[in-house]
Amino acid sequence: MQTKVENNKAWFLVMPVFLIVAFSAIIPLMTVVNYSVQDIFDPYTRYFVGTEWFKQVMLDSRLHEALLRQFIYSFTILIIEVPLGICVALMMPTKGRGASLALILVAIPLLIPWNVVGTIWQIFGRADIGLFGAFMSGIGVDYNYASNPTDAWLTVVLMDVWHWTPLVALLCYSGLRAIPEVYYQAARIDQASRWAVFRYIQLPKLTNVLIIGVLLRFMDSFMIYTEPFVLTGGGPGSSTTFLSQALVQQAIGQFDLGPAAAFSLVYFLIILLVCWVFYTTIMNMQKDK
Amino acid sequence: MTQLKTSMTRHNTGTKEQAPVYSKAERKTRNAHLRGRFGLVLYLVLLLLPIYWLINMSFKTNTEILSGLSFFPEDFTLANYAKIFGDPTWYMGYVNSIFYVSMNMVISLLVALPAAYAFSRYKFIGDKHMFFWLLSNRMAPPAVFLLPFFQLYSSVGLFDTHIAVALAHCIFTVPLAVWILEGFMSGVPREIDETAYIDGYSFPKFFVRIFIPLIRSGIGVTAFFCFMFSWVELLLARTLTSVDAKPIAAIMTRTVSASGMDWGLLAAAGVLTIIPGMLVIYFVRNHVAKGFALGRV
Repeated sequence: MQTKVENNKAWFLVMPVFLIVAFSAIIPLMTVVNYSVQDIFDPYTRYFVGTEWFKQVMLDSRLHEALLRQFIYSFTILIIEVPLGICVALMMPTKGRGASLALILVAIPLLIPWNVVGTIWQIFGRADIGLFGAFMSGIGVDYNYASNPTDAWLTVVLMDVWHWTPLVALLCYSGLRAIPEVYYQAARIDQASRWAVFRYIQLPKLTNVLIIGVLLRFMDSFMIYTEPFVLTGGGPGSSTTFLSQALVQQAIGQFDLGPAAAFSLVYFLIILLVCWVFYTTIMNMQKDK
Repeated sequence: MTQLKTSMTRHNTGTKEQAPVYSKAERKTRNAHLRGRFGLVLYLVLLLLPIYWLINMSFKTNTEILSGLSFFPEDFTLANYAKIFGDPTWYMGYVNSIFYVSMNMVISLLVALPAAYAFSRYKFIGDKHMFFWLLSNRMAPPAVFLLPFFQLYSSVGLFDTHIAVALAHCIFTVPLAVWILEGFMSGVPREIDETAYIDGYSFPKFFVRIFIPLIRSGIGVTAFFCFMFSWVELLLARTLTSVDAKPIAAIMTRTVSASGMDWGLLAAAGVLTIIPGMLVIYFVRNHVAKGFALGRV
């Protein structure tokens, strides 16, 4: 790492970013904090209730279930997407027209608006008009994501894998491109097996991008809202209701502003904590290099 | 490529081993290569199948969609697209989306460029905390801020304007832009800055004339990412708009009516939302891999 010059005037350069993000981040955040300690009946009648909402949220079994589902979901997709993404990246051609084409095709799902992703799978999974649903029925599985919780889970996970594996793949692809050709030549001279090349040359070089990938995927899967909302609406029952959705249901559906705000803060803190751990790891690893 | 690889293998192994051995190694490499290609093609087919299904459906009439499965529209129709392009309440959705996404892109780049320069070149009080704070906004679930956002933008009179959505999306595009640009800028040697100052360039002049051209590809990639994340986001965009700035993704929900779903129209609208993204990625295809690693591989 290059040494940086100590200069506090650099704050002037950062100021615009600070102001614009602060406007959209700090004011709403303080509003949430404000709600979380008050009981609000209407805009003019409100009482200070202290930590009551927080206690209530911590003990709410619905939220515990949503949190548990959220963790299971996030880990499931990480376990599938990371190895699959690495495999795809290893298979992608490195040069020429094929490389550009593969890159563009792989990236397509990332550029589709999230509710359209939900719509695509909503259509694709239906047994009457969708190919996937029809295929499942065709092989004799009684598949219906709208009424069977297992099928709903399968579809939501499949949708996420379809949607976000490209991100991991592209990250790994860029990591692989950064490995100098000399390494491979050395491996060839040593008659290293394909596995050995992967294990001792490619994988170590991928650690950095993989951490970014895991971080982004963890964050985003923890915030997931639109896709399951469009696909299953959180059902059947509440089997695919993840944290965001439970939150929106409470805040807008039931208009329980206080508890919803307290819930928001707890939710945000969990994400922040995990991400801080990841971020410090990345920064320390870069320092070591 | 295949030939290059195998001939290199032959060369390397050939110097060390006897003839039969190298042909075996060669075959092995080629087999692995073919298997890789096959796997990739399989993955791409599975990846594109749901999208193909959507496109396929957008050219069908509703009666055909509901009457059974077919891989090609038998009764090919453009009626669904005609309906979208013929109705201002539909196509204005696209205009609105593109409008606020472009605004967001410009704002994000304008504020992120100097900030990323500061982060990549200087140490200042609270720089690390500032950086993490910025990133932490990328981590904030939009659902958390939904209601406060609505109240904030209503109270300053920006509700249902394009700029409101553009500003709201800044909360996650600006941190990302700073992060990516910082990675690209750190790759430019400091000596260039110093030489420019010695040559008598002022900071703004140096920044615009010399530095920005140097990180052109980084700026392209950043713009792409701002586009991407602003384009796909719906929750905030929908909450902050009602009529005048309503994004297409929100208008799509109209296809649910009392008489059931208008599947063909829904599919056509979906297909049209995919096109801008594909156009944009085509322009940055050569740099996008680096951008996905946020400039730091």
